[in-house]
Amino acid sequence: MADSQNILSMNGIRKSFPGVTALEDVDFSLRKGEIHALIGENGAGKSTLIKVLTGVEHPDAGSIELDEKLVQVRSPQHSQELGISTVYQEINLCTNISVAENIMLGFEPYRFGGIDWKKMNALASEATKRLDVDIDVTQPLGNFSVAIQQMVAIVRSLEVASPKILILDEPTSSLDVNETTQLFNVIRKLKSEGIGIVFITHFLDQVYEISDRITVLRNGKLVGTYNSASLPRIELIGKMLGRSLTELDEVSKAKQKSEQKKDMECLVEAKGLGLTGSIEPIDLELHASEVVGLAGLLGSGRTEIANLIFGIDTPDKGSLTIRGKKISHFSPLASLENGIALCPEDRKAEGVVGDLTIRENIILALQARYGWFKFIGTQKQYEIAEKYIKLLGITTPSPDQLVKNLSGGNQQKVILARWLATDPQVLILDEPTRGIDVGAKAEIQKLVLLLAQEGKSIIFISSELEEVLRTSHRIIVMRDHKKAAEYPGDVDDQTIIQTMAGIL
Amino acid sequence: MKNNTPLFNRIRENRLFWPLVALALIFIFNAIFSPGFFKLGILDGHLYGNLIDVFNNSAPLMLVALGMTLVIATGGIDLSVGAVIAISAAMGAVLINPVFGNEEITNAVAADPTLTNTPLWLVVVVTLVAGTLCGLWNGMLVSRAKISPMVATLILMVAGRGIAQLIERGQIMTIYYKPYHWFGNGFILGLPVSIYIVAVVYLLAWLLVRKTSIGLFIESVGLNSKSTYYSGISEKNVKLFAYTFCGFCGAVAGLILGSYIHAIDANNIGLNYELDAIFAVVIGGTLMSGGRFSLLASIVGALIIWTFTITMYIFGVPANALLAGRAVLVLVVILLYSDYARIFLNKFFDRKGSKHGATN
Amino acid sequence: MAQRIKPFLVNNGPLLTTITIFILVYVMGGRLYPAMQKPQVFFNLFINNAALLIVSIGMTFVILTKGIDLSVAGMIALTSAASAALLVNGVNPVVVMILMLLMGIVFGLAMGSLIYYLKVEPFIVTLMGLFFARGMAYIITLASLTIKDPFYRYLALTKLNIPLFEKAYVYIPSLVGPLLLLVAIYLANFTRFGRTVYAIGNNEQSAMLMGLPVARTKITVYAFGGFCSALAGIVFSISLLSGYGGYAPGMELDAIASVVIGGTMLTGGVGNVIGTLFGVLINGTIVSILQFNGTLSSWWTRIGVGVLTLVFIGIQSLFYMRKKHS
Repeated sequence: MADSQNILSMNGIRKSFPGVTALEDVDFSLRKGEIHALIGENGAGKSTLIKVLTGVEHPDAGSIELDEKLVQVRSPQHSQELGISTVYQEINLCTNISVAENIMLGFEPYRFGGIDWKKMNALASEATKRLDVDIDVTQPLGNFSVAIQQMVAIVRSLEVASPKILILDEPTSSLDVNETTQLFNVIRKLKSEGIGIVFITHFLDQVYEISDRITVLRNGKLVGTYNSASLPRIELIGKMLGRSLTELDEVSKAKQKSEQKKDMECLVEAKGLGLTGSIEPIDLELHASEVVGLAGLLGSGRTEIANLIFGIDTPDKGSLTIRGKKISHFSPLASLENGIALCPEDRKAEGVVGDLTIRENIILALQARYGWFKFIGTQKQYEIAEKYIKLLGITTPSPDQLVKNLSGGNQQKVILARWLATDPQVLILDEPTRGIDVGAKAEIQKLVLLLAQEGKSIIFISSELEEVLRTSHRIIVMRDHKKAAEYPGDVDDQTIIQTMAGIL
Repeated sequence: MKNNTPLFNRIRENRLFWPLVALALIFIFNAIFSPGFFKLGILDGHLYGNLIDVFNNSAPLMLVALGMTLVIATGGIDLSVGAVIAISAAMGAVLINPVFGNEEITNAVAADPTLTNTPLWLVVVVTLVAGTLCGLWNGMLVSRAKISPMVATLILMVAGRGIAQLIERGQIMTIYYKPYHWFGNGFILGLPVSIYIVAVVYLLAWLLVRKTSIGLFIESVGLNSKSTYYSGISEKNVKLFAYTFCGFCGAVAGLILGSYIHAIDANNIGLNYELDAIFAVVIGGTLMSGGRFSLLASIVGALIIWTFTITMYIFGVPANALLAGRAVLVLVVILLYSDYARIFLNKFFDRKGSKHGATN
Repeated sequence: MAQRIKPFLVNNGPLLTTITIFILVYVMGGRLYPAMQKPQVFFNLFINNAALLIVSIGMTFVILTKGIDLSVAGMIALTSAASAALLVNGVNPVVVMILMLLMGIVFGLAMGSLIYYLKVEPFIVTLMGLFFARGMAYIITLASLTIKDPFYRYLALTKLNIPLFEKAYVYIPSLVGPLLLLVAIYLANFTRFGRTVYAIGNNEQSAMLMGLPVARTKITVYAFGGFCSALAGIVFSISLLSGYGGYAPGMELDAIASVVIGGTMLTGGVGNVIGTLFGVLINGTIVSILQFNGTLSSWWTRIGVGVLTLVFIGIQSLFYMRKKHS
């Protein structure tokens, strides 16, 4: 039903930030009355592409054409004027004012010098009914469910300007099945009116349910644009995960050398461990001298399970036993004392303290375990810092460098050093090689296997399938917040991809 | 690259550099325009002169600045310091007051400087405990009840002077008890007692924050509280410590202030100390957003304020007239250290400079 | 009909609570001290708290945007000192009033700009504003300066009798607050500006993404606050017929307390000016009760207001936490 005419055409878009290339030569097009899904793992470049389209960021190179006319999108305001409307993942509305107000804020009808509430409510009511949403528009937005709030956001974007393009950024993340269906009805209605819709999501089921075409991004590059009807799910996942370079073969050899010994001590045992709204009950075992890889797509629950084991979140189902001791109190400090360490996913927000020196960052967790009064003397601090700088190959002129001045790879090594310094028995690594150059990646992967050889137990979480396969003795595949399957380390990638796709 | 020697660079980057420069400037100004400023004499066996006045007067502020530094370093603020001073001093005063209930202080009582209802050591202890409890209260509101620091300490700022008034039953209490005067007016080895008190508290603070991990944790919490939590540090207890210590410092300051004036006026004692304390901390280079701090720099900051004030007195400018200037200076110093201001000014000057539009 | 009652109660709960508390406290006062039952006592609330009401209305808008203005009392003092000085020098009283209002607006604009463009925290900017204003007042006059201007005296001493209540009266300045309240209700509920204020307080980023003029609104809010402070200062200087830098000590805290007790949340986006009116009235009633008691000291007001504020903040915190989780 979609026209073959392009209402949007992005060509050769390039965007870099200090230290990282977010988009490299990316093309994207949208037809009239088309629902076009944009997918890719974290760091693939989806959000940057959208920011370029909506004027939040300006591209370093490349062009944008609307209705085959060249345009420069200067700002979010301007993008609205050009006919591009966006509904973000976080509902960008105000929960304290009424639905009607949210829809008409900034464009309220006036009468005799004041807002005409009656008219505003009437207009808003009409607008929501047009999308088959029947609610009392005079109630504060916050009184309604997230699903309804999402609809109101869409209504607003349609009322504020008559958009030709509607961008929906992860619209279904907080919706249940019924609400999603309702949303899709609305989307189909808009499609029939000729609006082109960009649909960003990580739910592959939904991609197949509603989209006409799919564009896949990976590591800032365009992998390809396909018709949904002609791309099997398995192939899609394969394209999302992609291949890495052969330099990493060295790591494979390292793994072959370290054989997993049988009957090793069980260090971590999770039975039915779960948290409502975050992770379904899961059974997990970790033994000494083994690397367990946690594979899965974005949103499958890998970080959530890591946070549960490390005590950032407190589970409300099941039990966790560490080295025979049942855990009753969940907190990072308690985990530290039990010999567990977590290298978090977001190293900038949860890992490094940028304005502290390398030395201070490295000894931080160790000092936390010692408490306030058992102070690690300055000389000892330098010793520890120097030891790990050498061990991990952190490139820096001195341990007194501020961590924020280091490259991404070096920052990751500092975080790793922090946790290694606490001499943990169990080490959880959540995306430890994200945003790092290939050489450093290989170093970290080799280190992981080395640590396993020393008797430690490691959970290795990564979106890069190659990496997980290369370093793990056992692989657990997560899907939809559940443990989908468990495989030995020599499983082939097709099996894993099929498990992720839900076929196996 | 610059031609500065590494040594000069290290001196420049030291947090104390700019504060000491500012202090030196004021001294130089005095050297040129009022050399009498530096005159020191001996009177009654102790040193005497403007410099001594500066030290004596700035002692309470130095103490409050010490406490405030730690609180600001955790990313918070304590607006109640003036009220804490009033409450602590009032507790002490009411224990000394050598008449019961609403009796008038008679001439006979006033003439006898040895009358007190409570031994001095107990007075001191109660004063310190009162202030520390105030700090603990603030700390609990911020760390446990998760109330924003400004709001939490605002409550004590509102109610605090009322509490102090209540303790003193609405009177300005004059203290005739001689030994109490010693804290603010006495001398040891020729130097004011208050200096020694500041030195002791500073030493205590330094030991606590630099010889234990508390200092590192405070800086870490102020810089990135999420990462700090992930590293196993209890942000709650760190903040609780900072506010409690600030209360303690306020109590010591109250002791010295009350002793110095011989009287405790719950409405006016420690008035405007919040302004000067923030000023001292900010001049010392500690950012309002929290993070790295320097106790010594805050002490120098307090010194700067009082040296400046006394210099103005000498030139006949009354204290209240300085209030406006001090307020502006605080904002200027904050802006000097602020990244945003720098970015904004750069953008502002760029726009004026380039007429060809931004290249993107 | 019944279906509409529940949402009405839920949406207006805080306001209804505040009004109920006011009625309770007032009635209790009347029970304890029969002299309080005279109608004039009620109108005295408006006479004695004229300045506080005006300042609190301005403060409401600032707090609605999640900001704070600690400078209000300083502005009152500065206005009083500057007015007195100008009047002593023979400047026309109407001109003086206009100048003062302009000064308030400019002052507010300056603070608002610092807060928005240079991203300095509101409490720091307005705290320094407080000290700056008082400082300027002291520079103008170190001691209190009397106002002898006939127009000011007329405004201060002319009683207006209240229809239907014989022997009840107010003064002309007492009317300014209620009038301003009407203007404020209009602004808050019937203008785009007012609705933008609520939006900003709830979620500034959303407001920006919705295309609302956030910069303009935020700075205007502080300018309005400055205007209200200056207006309150004029009223204040009329009532006291003098000007001095030390006047209204701590009034910023009374204003904040009134706003909070009136149901406006410090976290922004929730509340309204009608609640503030009742917050001021509650404040005033507590003071009245203490005056009628005679034996309890006035600092109990400070403590009482402090405790009430804490309780309301505590309740607000709980609501906020509950909402975040649902």
